[in-house]
Amino acid sequence: METLTYLLSQLLLLAGSFLIFSGALGLLRFPDFFTRVHAAGVTDTLAATFIILGLMLIAGWGLVQAKLIMIFLFLMITSPTACHALAKSALHGQLKPEDERPDQDSRAP
Amino acid sequence: MSLFLDFSLLLMLIIIAFAIARTRDLFAAVMFSGIYGLLSASFFILSDAVDVAFTEAAVGAGIFPILMLVVLSFVGRYERSERRLKPVPLLIALGCGAVLFVAFQQMPAFGSPDGPSHQHVGPRYIEESPSEIGIPNMVTSVLASYRGFDTLGEVVVIFTAAIGVFALLLGATGWSGHYLPLKPSSMSSHKILRIVGKMLIPLILLFGLYVQFHGEYGPGGGFQAGVIFAAGIILYTMLFGMQRAQRVIPLQALRLLTALGVLIYGSVGIVSILSGGNFLDYSALLPDDIAGQHVGIILIELGVGITVAASMTLIFFAFTLASISAGESDK
Repeated sequence: METLTYLLSQLLLLAGSFLIFSGALGLLRFPDFFTRVHAAGVTDTLAATFIILGLMLIAGWGLVQAKLIMIFLFLMITSPTACHALAKSALHGQLKPEDERPDQDSRAP
Repeated sequence: MSLFLDFSLLLMLIIIAFAIARTRDLFAAVMFSGIYGLLSASFFILSDAVDVAFTEAAVGAGIFPILMLVVLSFVGRYERSERRLKPVPLLIALGCGAVLFVAFQQMPAFGSPDGPSHQHVGPRYIEESPSEIGIPNMVTSVLASYRGFDTLGEVVVIFTAAIGVFALLLGATGWSGHYLPLKPSSMSSHKILRIVGKMLIPLILLFGLYVQFHGEYGPGGGFQAGVIFAAGIILYTMLFGMQRAQRVIPLQALRLLTALGVLIYGSVGIVSILSGGNFLDYSALLPDDIAGQHVGIILIELGVGITVAASMTLIFFAFTLASISAGESDK
């Protein structure tokens, strides 16, 4: 049982790390602001979920696990809101997505 | 592994420091400095300095970028002056750098057991503070009791900064009545932000209080708590507008609170003189030495928390009100 939990937590941590890596790659490589926010959003939510789940399995029952749950809830509320605020302020600032722009050559800063 | 983390964090700090110096977009510079604060906090955690890391995360990565962004709304986003290579400042900077480089060669190696920080007062604090102060968090007993006078100085610095900003931005025009007919916030269309803010602000304030009163037992204390509390109020102001924030906490009350914290701190010192001890010697406050220390530390931490929270909010309000009135006079 113990080995199984350990393996499962390692697997979750690995999946989380992979998602963070892919999020960072997307942040660098995606063409415009909105797709980049999408990449960052994946990092913030799904990757954080995997990593916190993995850590909770390692921690076992106790205070640490309760704290991890609190951090998880906090992240689940704040990260999507932060992404939403970013995207909304970009729209508010008249930033158009890549395929709606008149000239296709210009890249988002 | 720890060495690898240390090196990569320090390398990132250096890169970000150069990026801050290079960029002409002040908005980006502020964001970089927030990242710098977060990285320094991680570095402090690796060095097991949790209290310092907490302060750095709250101040460097938390409140500092917000205050700087408010300043940017006042002064504009881009650097205006042209950049030229000026020989004299360059020479002075290089000279200072060279002197510092020579000086740090003379310092004891990092973590060396015979460095002055491990020889002088450090061991005494570690050995005696459980019996003299009797609180679990040694950092708090050093900051609040042994070095109470230094901490008083820090609080006075923050107080002075707040009244300086206040006097420069709002002093000439006064502070009362004049600003009250403010328009409702332009954030009213941001429903999601407002709802999430309503959920989070009570938690932020509660966490601030926890940090304030838990500082004796774990990492925390007045500085961090004050900053967290101020962050909650600033978030409220950003989401619901200055008018409603003024109803929650009027500028006049903030002015009084800023001074009140320093007053509490100083009064504890005076009372301990009057009870026959030295300035800020809390053992004189009560017949029992350790109970006196506890009471003194709780009181001065409260003073620190009140002054820091009120000062940060006051600085934010001053800049916001000044940029609102600047915007109105432009029209």
